[in-house]
Amino acid sequence: MSAGTLFGLCAAVLIGLGLYGLIVNPHPLRKILAFNVVGSGVFLLFGAIAYRGAGAGMGGDPVPQALLITGIVVAFSATALAVALLLRLFDETGSVTLASEPPAPAGKDPGAD
Amino acid sequence: MTDVLNVLLAALILGLAVWTIVAREAYAAAIGFIAYGLLLTLVWVQLRGIDVALTEAAIGGGLTGALLIGAAARLRSTEAAARAERPGLATRWVAALASVAVTAALAICVLALPEPAPTLAPEVSANIDVTEVLNPITAVLLAFRAMDTLLEAIVLLFALIGVWSLAPDRAWGGRPGLLQQVDPNGMLAYVARVLPPIGIVAGAYIFWVGADNPGGKFQGATILAAMWLLVMMAGLADAPPIRRAWLRWLLVAGPLTFIGIGIVGAMSAGAFLAYPHGFAKPLILVIEFALMPTLTLILGLMLLGAPRRGEAS
Repeated sequence: MSAGTLFGLCAAVLIGLGLYGLIVNPHPLRKILAFNVVGSGVFLLFGAIAYRGAGAGMGGDPVPQALLITGIVVAFSATALAVALLLRLFDETGSVTLASEPPAPAGKDPGAD
Repeated sequence: MTDVLNVLLAALILGLAVWTIVAREAYAAAIGFIAYGLLLTLVWVQLRGIDVALTEAAIGGGLTGALLIGAAARLRSTEAAARAERPGLATRWVAALASVAVTAALAICVLALPEPAPTLAPEVSANIDVTEVLNPITAVLLAFRAMDTLLEAIVLLFALIGVWSLAPDRAWGGRPGLLQQVDPNGMLAYVARVLPPIGIVAGAYIFWVGADNPGGKFQGATILAAMWLLVMMAGLADAPPIRRAWLRWLLVAGPLTFIGIGIVGAMSAGAFLAYPHGFAKPLILVIEFALMPTLTLILGLMLLGAPRRGEAS
């Protein structure tokens, strides 16, 4: 099996794993982590496709590889924004629940309801 | 032999991804994610994307990992409540089924990819001489697809503005992060004195060789930002208040220079971001030099988060 196919299949499993974590983990930070696993899986899949496009003396297709660099940087900025939103929510309410009830006010035990 | 190593690498990555998803504590999951990012770097080397490997190591594993560890430490008290909200067995089964379906669909696509693979490598190879850079990735990032890189710089800037806008009113314009109280004779302060000179040289080197070899401004800027963060975490310097005019000018200098060169291209070479004949390399260098401080500051400040204290403290 070529490295492209092997890591392409690995990427498919990573996307599935991340998706499962995204749905099942109730903590928003864990959802952000799971979303990053999905993202890295998507990048890896794209990278495996770039690897198959090797030619003209280049190890891989440079256009998708350049887009991957852009993608990784943008994924970081999105993660930073998500974490900042989460920390602000925590500072305001003392809890980070995504449950549909209104968040518990600061100081109250968020696990009580 | 390489095949065996690749299979082992894939297995390790999958194991760490599972750990990141199922670990009981977010802190442990974030540490797993850093190891996962570093192993992914090896995969990028195997897929012959050295530039991507450098970016993954610096940003995907390093900066994202540091960001998530910091958040996990602050949110530790909320985890018990979240565990109580864990969805029931039915939801978990549906989620597992959906994940398996997505994975299966993607795996079928991977196995059915067309032969020979479509590629733009010959086009890049045929046109790279015009740009006078030797690294095809840099040629794509700053010449053939320069629009992507411009928009990326603007996305980073907007994300930072978004992070800043989450500051409470009393802290607006103040300093991000907390004032660090560190033993001035401790190990951290020592490392923060010894490492930055080496790191700055390494960052500048990776930035400079990016024209002809793997490397470039994103990877270099991340290393410089990491050195800056190290000095701040050791308490040797404080983060600048975000109302400072010099800071704001540096943050927009990169994108503005990029847009300016794009407009010059529209007037002199017939298209936005086109370079006049013979001027490609110098203009690419101007853009890289203008973007470097902007990216360093944005990456560092984004990790520090929203301002949390006034200018004086």
